[in-house]
Amino acid sequence: MNKHLLSMHDLTAEDVTRVLDTAASFREVGSRVIKKVPALRGRTVVNFFMENSTRTRISFELAAKRLSADVINFSAGGSSVSKGESLKDTALTLQAMGADAIVIRHSSSGSPLQLTRWVEGHVLNAGDGTHEHPTQGLLDLYTMREKLGRLEGLRVAIVGDVMHSRVARSLSFGLVKMGAEVTLVGPPTLIPPEAPEWGVHVGYDIDAVVPKLDVCYILRVQKERQRQEYFPSVREYARLFGLTRERAALLPEGSLVMHPGPMNRGIEIDSDVADLPTSVIEEQVTNGIAIRMALLYLLLGGSGEGEVA
Amino acid sequence: MSGKVMDEADVRRALTRISHEILERDRGIEGVVLVGIADRGDDLARRIAAEVERIEGAAVPVGVLDITFYRDDIGLTTEAPEVHETRIPFDVSGKTVVLVDDVLYTGRTIRAAMDALMDLGRPRKIQLAVLVDRGHRELPIRADYVGKNVPTSRADDVRVQIRELDGQDAVVVEEP
Repeated sequence: MNKHLLSMHDLTAEDVTRVLDTAASFREVGSRVIKKVPALRGRTVVNFFMENSTRTRISFELAAKRLSADVINFSAGGSSVSKGESLKDTALTLQAMGADAIVIRHSSSGSPLQLTRWVEGHVLNAGDGTHEHPTQGLLDLYTMREKLGRLEGLRVAIVGDVMHSRVARSLSFGLVKMGAEVTLVGPPTLIPPEAPEWGVHVGYDIDAVVPKLDVCYILRVQKERQRQEYFPSVREYARLFGLTRERAALLPEGSLVMHPGPMNRGIEIDSDVADLPTSVIEEQVTNGIAIRMALLYLLLGGSGEGEVA
Repeated sequence: MSGKVMDEADVRRALTRISHEILERDRGIEGVVLVGIADRGDDLARRIAAEVERIEGAAVPVGVLDITFYRDDIGLTTEAPEVHETRIPFDVSGKTVVLVDDVLYTGRTIRAAMDALMDLGRPRKIQLAVLVDRGHRELPIRADYVGKNVPTSRADDVRVQIRELDGQDAVVVEEP
């Protein structure tokens, strides 16, 4: 494994399998009465969140605590960042406090990479701008593998605003790496022009794709990242690309509906569809804790000098 | 001592004797559960359970315990230790838990296993069964049931092979 997790490209297919297998053991820990193991006792994990987040921050916090690490939560609002402190000075402060791992969420793409140049600890990307969100991608791979028994050959559509979606990037790279067949579906304005280089198919008609899927992965319409209108109206988007009840009925038996959250019910996904048994959106959240425990364990647990007798 | 120190028949006899000793010491199998330490310990635990059932005519619950998260060398090696599965489909509280492992050496694995068990409940008693005791303890731990005491030097490599994983039952000591 690389020292840091900045992108899905930091992991080989074998690494991905190792992360998913390790996460399976942490799922078992999460089902115990005492959901805590002493693996990372005495280590310090800093959650450095410069952008709003509920599930990723809580998930990382819980993951670190269940490994017995000490956790410091640090967000833009209540810190010196609001007094104008630069990313570099903040990073050096965290470094001086002896952080073994820094989990960073930032609105600027590439800030986790920049952070690795200033700190000695491990850096985990928890979402940077429109670049990547590898832990989300991994928890999605875990959920698919657990539910469908494999990743190789799975037919997965990622539907919506791929352009602004770091989740879509990490998930596409991960799925292609593991041998799945990925189709990106969305308005032409929201499909990045370089997408075919990722090894994926591109489609613009959701109705043509849905009947041949194992997984229908719905992306959130990210109003906060759109500086201009990429589609005429939310209602038109919902009609053309939303996973309505009628469309969900066309999904093959046993296929999954997934969404990274938070959902805009009624826009990209019908409220009824989100609550169907085929939808595994809540399990994605539970699996997220196990995946983040696995990553912290594999990165921090292997940071020593060599063999111990 | 080097070379093959136990063959197929030796392993079978040792496990049969351990099974009898467990029944004798614990006066039957009421409240007794077997927990094997992954990997190899769990396969040995299943064999002891089968033998106990043959002798006593009643089934004894078997679980498998992974002790990786309780190891004392996490973060000291360059690769994080490999994780196995833990599956203990019963409550260990109030039970006599017989931990089963292949080789007893420094005792650190058993220390970790006891900590792991304590997090799962409050056993009435914990006992230890091992196929091979090779000495060189670093902690005040001893086994209740031993298949064979094998004097070794620290540099020796003790390999337990079992049918389920290695295709045959044997204990081999290799000198460096």
